[in-house]
Amino acid sequence: MGVKLLLDKAHVEGIRYYDVYRREGGYRSVEKALKMSPADIVEEVKKSGLRGRGGAGFPAGMKWSFIAKPEGVPRHLVCNADESEPGTFKDRYLMEFLPHLLIEGLIVASFALGSNATYIYIRGEYAWIPDILEQAINEAKANGWLGKNIQGSGFDCEIYVQRGAGAYICGEETALIESLEGKRGNPRIKPPFPAVKGVWDRPTVVNNVETLAAVVPVINMGGEAYSKIGVGKSTGTKLISACGNINKPGVYEIDMTISVEEFVYSDEYCGGIPNGKRLKACIPGGSSVPILPANLLFKTAKGEQRMMNYESLSDGGFATGSMMGSGGFIVLDEDQCVVKHTLTLARFYRHESCGQCSPCREGTGWMEKILKNIETGKGKMTDIDLLWDIQRKIEGNTICPLGDAAAWPVAAAIRHFRDEFEWHVNNPELCLTQNFGLAHYADAREVVA
Amino acid sequence: MAQFTEERLAKVKEIIARYPDGKQKSALLPVLHLAQEQFGWLSSETMDYVAGLLQIEPIEVYEVATFYSMYNLKPVGKYMFEVCQTGPCMVRGSEDIIEYIKQKLGIKVGETTADGLFTLKTVECLGACGYAPMMQLGKHYREHLTKEKVDAIIEECRRNAAANN
Amino acid sequence: MFIHIDNKTYTVKAGKNLLEACLTLDLDLPYFCWHPAMGSVGACRQCAVKVYKDENDMKGRLVMSCMETVTEGLRLSIEDKTAKAFREQVIEWLMTNHPHDCPVCDEGGACHLQDMTVMTGHDYRRYNYKKRTYTNQYLGPLINHEMNRCIQCYRCVRYYRDYAGGDDLNVFAAHNHVYFGREKDGVLQSPFSGNLSEVCPTGVFTDKTLKEHYTRKWDLTMAPSVCNHCSVGCNTIAAERYGQLRCMLNRYNGDVNGYFLCDRGRFGYEFVNSENRIKQALIRSRTNEAATESEIMEHVQSLISMSKVVGIGSPRASLESNFALMQLVGKENFYQGISEDEAHLNRLVVEMLRSGCVHSVSLKEIEQADAVLIIGEDIWNTAPMMALAVRQAVVKTAASQASQEIKIPVWLDSAIKELAQEEKGFLATLTIATSPIDDIATHSWHAAPDDLARLGFAIASYLQPGKIVNTDFSEALLDKAKKIGDALKKAKNPVVITGTSCYNDNVIKAAFDVAVALNTGERKTSFSCVMTECNSMGLAMMGSPSFSVANENIKTNGHATAVILENDVYKHIPSANADEFFNSCDHVIVLDALHNATTEKAQVLLPAATFADGDGTLVNNEGRAQRFFQVIPNTTSQVQESWRWLKKLQTLKLHTLNGHALHPDDLLREMETALPQFEGITNVSPKHDFTIHGEKIPREPHRYSGRTAILANKNVSEPKPFNDGDSPLSFTMEGYKGTPPSGVVPFFWSPGWNSVQSVNKYQEETNGALRGGNPGLQLFKNKSDARDLFFNDVPESFVVAKDRWLLLPKYDALGSGELSSYTAALKTLSPQPFASMSTGSLQALNAKDGDMLQIVDAGIMYGSLPVKADENVCDGVVLVTAGLRESMGMSWGTRVQIKK
Repeated sequence: MGVKLLLDKAHVEGIRYYDVYRREGGYRSVEKALKMSPADIVEEVKKSGLRGRGGAGFPAGMKWSFIAKPEGVPRHLVCNADESEPGTFKDRYLMEFLPHLLIEGLIVASFALGSNATYIYIRGEYAWIPDILEQAINEAKANGWLGKNIQGSGFDCEIYVQRGAGAYICGEETALIESLEGKRGNPRIKPPFPAVKGVWDRPTVVNNVETLAAVVPVINMGGEAYSKIGVGKSTGTKLISACGNINKPGVYEIDMTISVEEFVYSDEYCGGIPNGKRLKACIPGGSSVPILPANLLFKTAKGEQRMMNYESLSDGGFATGSMMGSGGFIVLDEDQCVVKHTLTLARFYRHESCGQCSPCREGTGWMEKILKNIETGKGKMTDIDLLWDIQRKIEGNTICPLGDAAAWPVAAAIRHFRDEFEWHVNNPELCLTQNFGLAHYADAREVVA
Repeated sequence: MAQFTEERLAKVKEIIARYPDGKQKSALLPVLHLAQEQFGWLSSETMDYVAGLLQIEPIEVYEVATFYSMYNLKPVGKYMFEVCQTGPCMVRGSEDIIEYIKQKLGIKVGETTADGLFTLKTVECLGACGYAPMMQLGKHYREHLTKEKVDAIIEECRRNAAANN
Repeated sequence: MFIHIDNKTYTVKAGKNLLEACLTLDLDLPYFCWHPAMGSVGACRQCAVKVYKDENDMKGRLVMSCMETVTEGLRLSIEDKTAKAFREQVIEWLMTNHPHDCPVCDEGGACHLQDMTVMTGHDYRRYNYKKRTYTNQYLGPLINHEMNRCIQCYRCVRYYRDYAGGDDLNVFAAHNHVYFGREKDGVLQSPFSGNLSEVCPTGVFTDKTLKEHYTRKWDLTMAPSVCNHCSVGCNTIAAERYGQLRCMLNRYNGDVNGYFLCDRGRFGYEFVNSENRIKQALIRSRTNEAATESEIMEHVQSLISMSKVVGIGSPRASLESNFALMQLVGKENFYQGISEDEAHLNRLVVEMLRSGCVHSVSLKEIEQADAVLIIGEDIWNTAPMMALAVRQAVVKTAASQASQEIKIPVWLDSAIKELAQEEKGFLATLTIATSPIDDIATHSWHAAPDDLARLGFAIASYLQPGKIVNTDFSEALLDKAKKIGDALKKAKNPVVITGTSCYNDNVIKAAFDVAVALNTGERKTSFSCVMTECNSMGLAMMGSPSFSVANENIKTNGHATAVILENDVYKHIPSANADEFFNSCDHVIVLDALHNATTEKAQVLLPAATFADGDGTLVNNEGRAQRFFQVIPNTTSQVQESWRWLKKLQTLKLHTLNGHALHPDDLLREMETALPQFEGITNVSPKHDFTIHGEKIPREPHRYSGRTAILANKNVSEPKPFNDGDSPLSFTMEGYKGTPPSGVVPFFWSPGWNSVQSVNKYQEETNGALRGGNPGLQLFKNKSDARDLFFNDVPESFVVAKDRWLLLPKYDALGSGELSSYTAALKTLSPQPFASMSTGSLQALNAKDGDMLQIVDAGIMYGSLPVKADENVCDGVVLVTAGLRESMGMSWGTRVQIKK
């Protein structure tokens, strides 16, 4: 049983409400933080090694320290709750069941950054969650944790919840800022960075829900102690949302010292593959990160055990590794068709492209069409190379990371499952009714009955 | 003519107050949600009304409303089934669910039943991958869908519609 | 600084981006979303190059050249294989959905997308799926919409919304289905919409008027021209085929119009092709009125030698024609063909600019101003391109300055656009009524001209206390003056703009006083005064008396023959006065291009050339003399430039006919001698005998087709091309193929660059001056030792009179031109005539909105007009749509009666 810092109280009856949350030790970090200087809080977060939990893994303390502080210009903290990466639903869990944890983290971070008006930008489809958050905000306010002169500290802070309206791209921080300003969610060109000119041209920090929630244990236990949890640069705990062909889909908190194999098969986590099927492949960090075949999932190319942390998951680079990403863990069993799965992702990214820059706007649509052809037995062998060529040219050449996110799944699918693509081309009739199956990507583990 | 209820107008005021002075355009997405709640969809007339409320050009509303997938720019059924079809839902059988709803309601994706009760839409990942297959129905998610569950949901909608008439 | 491109070292200017640097160095690099006037947004990803850390870096990094600033010693490669492959891929992406309809596309042959496709080498299509399609929109009579061709470069919205401030064209939807257009079908509302046809890199937005008589761009005969439709003098390219003017294109001039034209200028060319054109010389009241040239000459010769001759000049005729008339009739008998009221104002403006104490500002400089004060002129409607320049000053200049503080380059449009939301330049518009430009103004105030002048004087007085003697200003006025004065004081490059359309000299004087008071050591202040016609300034500089004086003289002395040059007197003068004048004349000889009320009075009518069938020089309101060139070869009709008619008459009169050809050069030389204020006018353009390597400059591109067949219906043998002895340009496709001097560039073309984007190849640097300097010659010189002119004529406050109403003109950006109404498309967009008054005034008249009112001026009853209530018109003033038949000859600026 690993350390739990975020979800340790998740199952306490009524934890969604202030009284229970406070009784269980909630808002201690605010009490502590208000006695510190904002600079010291940033220092603690830096020391903790806490990395952004949205997907990119950028050190949070570092991000905070970049915020510009021009005289007389208000600054803002914006919480990125636009969780939309397929396979990821951990922030929703946090907000739905532990709203006060997020509010608490937001108050601490707002104080550290000097944000008197903090916004939670939540994806529009999570339509019922704003009510939960607003209730928590009102309770916090009623108890003096928000509003004017918080706990006599002289610090004022309001938190507002803003709903998006259905656009994955708004999870990209500059697109999110545009959307918060009431515009189309087109990512901005950087520089200027949000830390200098963000929402309404004011210095802005955008952090993921989980990152901000993690600020609470960081302050409570101190950055030093937090950094000791986990391994290497993967400090603290990480929420993993597990889904796909597993027995126990859901959100799990791990301390980044467990192995991928344990995570998949242990009853504490995913609980193995249903119906005695074998594991074929897994996308370990949200749909945009490279898919790994079973043989590369549990062991790295070097033959070492692969662990559930930033470094180990990316071991081997894109050739043989993947990424921690947003922690969306998608498992495919032997019945799943990688071509078809990749097609749904290509369709997703085409649909979510904002339409601003050419490679993403035109490239994603084209990739979807080719994949559709291959999947339905109309593909040609050259289509596979064409697909490879298109994704290569998209990757790294777009304004925002959506281009990469769209290219990587296609690249990895071809890289590791090329013979499955070829099988589709060679068996145009058969592929309509049958799946390629496991072929030689044998599960490293015996079937668990 | 499009016109918000008093309650919604008060809400608009409250939302605008969240932003700095002169930045009332930031309220656009939430106010469009309010409009869609009241009118079911966003007609040009409604969007013009919203533009007036926020003191922005109507075209600024159109460009935004057409960008986001949640705004209905055409009338939709009273109950909209938005079924997720992205990878994690697909591997858990969302295609069968979509097929079943199509058969059951006798409509294709994107269509509305003749009685105006149901619209079927396929959508991309809604962030409920662990509870797949799933769909959005109004404000809430319906998860772990099975054919039986779909039957029950349709029944429930029909009952509610009948009760409200 | 030095940079290395493909291992060659080049010197480039700091602060530019790599794309600008490469294009300035004449290197070919494809691009779409970048536009020299609008900067970079990095969206199309077409201009990718490889950048290397140092000489040991062999791998390099692919970057978008439009998004990277040049740095000392930077190493980049255009030729790198990966970069080339990527650029080819981008074209392939863009072409996946682009229809293969070039043969039926208006843009074909002058299409940036075609050029860039060829440039990248993309020739094989790997995309074999259905292309996406869209529904097109009706965008009005000027612009055609063909959305399927769109490559989503976003230039149209960036131009239309951000640059020109239009709010009815936008981008809709998302991902690979974005749509550029209006919310629904309808006429584009911006008076700058025509530029979409040049901004769009392919055939989505095209010139609908060209469609009426379409010709491939390569089949056009083209000549450098100057717009006739207002006093700003935008540079244009006039384009002809089969004797018909087909379209007008922008002619880049870095000091004047840059890359853009207003719709009146771009589309108002159809009068040249009008059926109302005078093509035949007439001697009226003969059995056969049509006369040959020799008959006419003989007849006119006898008329002008019989009696005293007065010449009535024109603010829309060229300097050459006005001067030729002056020569023919003698300086003492030459008059400006405008009312004394207007002539008085124009004289004042000339006096101000000639003093040299304040800089006469170009449009380019207005764009770079950091504060703008407009007093008394609705520039949006009287000088639209100046309004567009002011918009750039307000929206971009302050943001660009702010960008320096956070080290953002000025070309990074995406960032500047964000900054522009917060940082706006100062603009105060003090005008008689609202104007669309008020939308971006910091202060707007609408009042009667005298009150505007009072505020102007109050500002000047605030800036330099003690200079204004009469200072009985109200507290409220002083408060306004202080606010505006303080803002102007903060600026380093303020511009003061005024104009003659208030018909009030105090307004102009007050504006000038503000400029002078501001123009102290710490800042350079500039001044501009908008005038009414394309050569109002040139005519005013000649310093002749007004039409009113001519009328008086004729009335007193009687018996005169009037020679009227390209001027509908009835437009400027109340019809009774004009009638009186014509009745006093023994003979009336009129030279003009179109029939009008004045040509009706002509006993002798001579067909004059328009800008398209003749050569000449115009002086814009800035004092910039600019040359235009004939584009329609005239082989059959009698149409010729007025100066040629007049000069022929003169030689006949003086018996100096010696068989020598006449050149505008000769006229200008004589003019320079006779009128020293035009010193340098002979250098405005290369002389008629100018050649390069013995070759003239061809008006036709080398791709011109069908030349031998054009006249095949008449004669199967190819005729000799029309010989142009007046200019260095020839009417053929043969001749010098290089870059001609900037003033005689007939079209922009460069190998591989067939679209308007080829202008890059003619510039010293992108968005900079044309090679060898922008064309045109500023006739007013700043004088360092100039004594400040300062006017002290503070008028009394405007007083509302019980039954007399101050009559002022209301202009319209599209419809106020005498000439533009001949373009059917523009006519449909022009307003119907109306009057507007305040509710208070209407109450006083016991009238209501929509009533028909009749203006009565000095006993003349004008046709009745519907009245509109307008809260922004001050009490006691009536505004009437100007430039329309119904308001011809009204005495603007005077008090009139109004009858219900």
